[in-house]
Amino acid sequence: MNKNTTVQEIHTQEHEGSLIAYTIGFILSIGLTLIAYFIVVHHVLSGWGLLSVILELAVAQLIVQLVFFLHLGNRKSHWNIMAFVFMLIVLLIIVIGSIWIMKNLNYNMATPIQTDNAVQKGESAQPVL
Amino acid sequence: MSHTTIAELAHEHQVADDKTAFGFWVYLMTDCILFATLFATYAVLHNNTYGGPSSHDIFDMPFVLRETLVLLTSSFTCGLGMLALHRGNKTGLKVWFTITFLLGLTFLGMELNEFHHLATEGNSWRRSGFLSSYFTLVGTHGLHIATGLLWTIVLMIQVSRQGLTRGITRRLTLFSMFWHFLDIVWIFIFTIVYLMGVITI
Amino acid sequence: MSLLGKLSLQAIPHDPITLGGAVSMVVGVIGIMAALTYFKKWKWLWREWLTSVDPKKIGVMYIAVATVMLLRGIGDALLMRGQQAVSVGASHGYLNSDHFQQIFSAHGTIMIFFVAMGFMFGLINLIVPLQIGNRDVAFPFLNAASFWLFASGMVLINLSLMVGEFSAAGWLAYPPLSELKYSPGVGVDYWIWALQIGGVGSLLSGVNFLVTILKMRAPGMTLMKMPVFLWSVLGAMVLVIFAFPILTATLALLFLDRSLGMHFFTSDFGGNPMMYVNLIWAWGHPEVYILILPAFGIFSEVVPTFSRKRLFGYTSMVWAIWAIVFLSFIVWLHHFFTMGAGADVNAFFGIMTMIISIPTGVKVFNWLFTMYRGRISFTTPMLWFLGFVCTFTIGGMAGVLMALPPADFQLHNSLFLVAHFHTMIVGGVLFGYFAGVSYWFPKVFGFKLNEPLGKIAFWFWTIGFAVAFIPLYILGLMGATRRLDHYDASMGWQWLFIIAAVGVALVFVGISFQILQLIVSIVQRKHNLDTTGDAWGGRTLEWATTSPPPLYNFAVIPEVHERDAFWEMKHSKTAAKKPIYEDIEMPKNTPLAMYIAACAFIFGFATIWHILWLAVLGLLGVITCIIIRVSDDNTEYVITAAELQKMDEAAKA
Repeated sequence: MNKNTTVQEIHTQEHEGSLIAYTIGFILSIGLTLIAYFIVVHHVLSGWGLLSVILELAVAQLIVQLVFFLHLGNRKSHWNIMAFVFMLIVLLIIVIGSIWIMKNLNYNMATPIQTDNAVQKGESAQPVL
Repeated sequence: MSHTTIAELAHEHQVADDKTAFGFWVYLMTDCILFATLFATYAVLHNNTYGGPSSHDIFDMPFVLRETLVLLTSSFTCGLGMLALHRGNKTGLKVWFTITFLLGLTFLGMELNEFHHLATEGNSWRRSGFLSSYFTLVGTHGLHIATGLLWTIVLMIQVSRQGLTRGITRRLTLFSMFWHFLDIVWIFIFTIVYLMGVITI
Repeated sequence: MSLLGKLSLQAIPHDPITLGGAVSMVVGVIGIMAALTYFKKWKWLWREWLTSVDPKKIGVMYIAVATVMLLRGIGDALLMRGQQAVSVGASHGYLNSDHFQQIFSAHGTIMIFFVAMGFMFGLINLIVPLQIGNRDVAFPFLNAASFWLFASGMVLINLSLMVGEFSAAGWLAYPPLSELKYSPGVGVDYWIWALQIGGVGSLLSGVNFLVTILKMRAPGMTLMKMPVFLWSVLGAMVLVIFAFPILTATLALLFLDRSLGMHFFTSDFGGNPMMYVNLIWAWGHPEVYILILPAFGIFSEVVPTFSRKRLFGYTSMVWAIWAIVFLSFIVWLHHFFTMGAGADVNAFFGIMTMIISIPTGVKVFNWLFTMYRGRISFTTPMLWFLGFVCTFTIGGMAGVLMALPPADFQLHNSLFLVAHFHTMIVGGVLFGYFAGVSYWFPKVFGFKLNEPLGKIAFWFWTIGFAVAFIPLYILGLMGATRRLDHYDASMGWQWLFIIAAVGVALVFVGISFQILQLIVSIVQRKHNLDTTGDAWGGRTLEWATTSPPPLYNFAVIPEVHERDAFWEMKHSKTAAKKPIYEDIEMPKNTPLAMYIAACAFIFGFATIWHILWLAVLGLLGVITCIIIRVSDDNTEYVITAAELQKMDEAAKA
């Protein structure tokens, strides 16, 4: 049995991706990057609105690259999607969980100087979340 | 006695290679959790500037945008390289992967430049919890890029010597997954470290 | 910087106990090497074991390492129990504080990372490919690399006894104590690198066995027809995949603090030591479920076999496993209720912790319902299960008590906590793995273990465990803290510590009987041969091949129609079909996995001792070996259908 792939064999294999898919993905990604950049650098929005917009733009670009570059959603990617979703759940638990826990710990366990600084910044109440 | 036709053999190989690609995908999921831990640490420590500079003081946003577009383009050219592979076009493959390599090298050079600036100004990773977590998160991504660059060199040497074999096809597939994954991680470094680093809530 | 970094002859220990341990290790290794030379077995060792990529061999090696480390760990336990029994009032025992701290740190690290994980991966390697009805795991080379990385970690931790010192910061090395300022020696660095290198091995195994179970099951074996052991391994591997990277990152951050002057967890410059505790337990809690799930899986095989009855509640068993997998990611804060996150946070994690006990309860009841109206044989594996039921459930109840933050504020870091987690890990994990070893031993080696000696060992272990740890529950409730190397006579604790010391001595007798059992069984093996491959009247596919299995496990991959596939094969009315042999591909042996791990060991050792040039060489060695391996497209060999037929017919004769 030959370990090498003959040209015939390459053509019998099914491949993901096409020029159109990669190009769409590329253009969308550039667009999303530039939009986020200009919104921030030119102070188009502010506060929590700004934060949620740029995060949404990042998530949008994530999905674009997963679909157009990593071919997620094509046939045979069922387990890949499952693995990704589970990873995402664990990721959010670790990141959001750590932020929540540490925020509460820092509040309760702050030194007097840290507490003074926080009060001056207006953060005097125990975080609910 | 077994008679295996080209089609049966190709199918067997496809099943085995799909298994390898899935295993590599699972590894990439573990790498995501590694980065998640570094992101969580950055989120917790990013205000711990200990009298030193904060994120508002040290980021050159136009420079970071250029860096980002360089890496994004390299992800695109990597995809073009894979298309060349699937068409059996060895020259096209080598051209596109060389461009990918050079773009990746440019990105890394720009990043090292950024780090060098900070370090020589006295704002190295030893300065504060914020800077430790910044250098480690971005630096870990950079280490992954460097590994990818080394991998590209090895792959291009193999392509030159052996042509487009089944093993090389499989390895190029894994590499392209790795390279796209690194661009995805960078989206979040760009957003969470740099963009969120210069805005005020 | 000198050529040897911080390394010098000063690194060799002076005190008699440490020196004694080091010398006995060296003597042991020399003894083994002498025996190999005398019996001219070096080539055999190289060919059959060191370069093997066969999971049946790799599994045996894991268990051999785990057993040796169990002896080291129990030695630590004997030293600690002895110290605490006599170190009262005017007497300070025979261990100074620093030595005592290194001992409890080594004890925990060794038992969790090298004994428990070693037994677990050993049994998984031995049984998973057989139970799915296949020949190998998804990535055989990676599997070998995982074992050798595990072995490298083991060598590092044993080396710390002979060259330098070990960590005195506990099995989890909390900062600021583990930072350079308070632990300037090499101890914590040994700890970091033993775990980092071994941890990479574990992570790779997680990926390997996940892909193996998902993608390589025999035709017809849908997920809901898999033996529950495979479900439990799948769950454990999912946990490995998503939890171990947290450990990798956290160890790296601690190392960056110590080596490059970073400030993640330092107590100044903007570091936050509490973040370490948060991250290490975000890994640490899933870790304990990684350990227990396969043990539960083993019981799901042992109980039906020795009750001669199908497992009760298959579907609920599967759901319980996934409930445990998910919940184990949202309880980790219960390890640090007292660190100060406040009522809201503590309440959430307390409630989640109480909820996670429910799926475990479901499993215990399912095993008991399996036994109900079954025809029970009280073999050694079944005894280990019964010992588990009595022991683990008590420890579990102690756990549910501590899940209440107000109760935990009294009991945290007391001996009550220590008794709880030992009850879980010994009564649950260890008893489960002992059941697995005695259950599957005949499959792996072709002969049964001596039953009477096994039973005696079981009784010494179970009674010894109770005698060792019930006093600790009481001491904890009386206010005794963990990790004490001396206490006041007025506490009134000494008599309980003495009883506990007697308990651990009984456990040690149990271990001695296990070793005796192994030796006697080997000597008497011709009288206890498993000639059919089905030593106990099993239900699952591993029993469908010879004992021991041939290299290729099954000459023809079986077809599965039902759960308990082998039981169905045995009792089906249809005649066995004549086997149709085909060419098969098997992976070639290779020393590269061992070389990669050896280079990783060199890298770790050099980094610990600040020998920069050697560290670079080690790293380059790892990279070079990897490049060599991925450039090799000739990694398999063919067994032709004709050869296969010949071997298969000879085996069946």
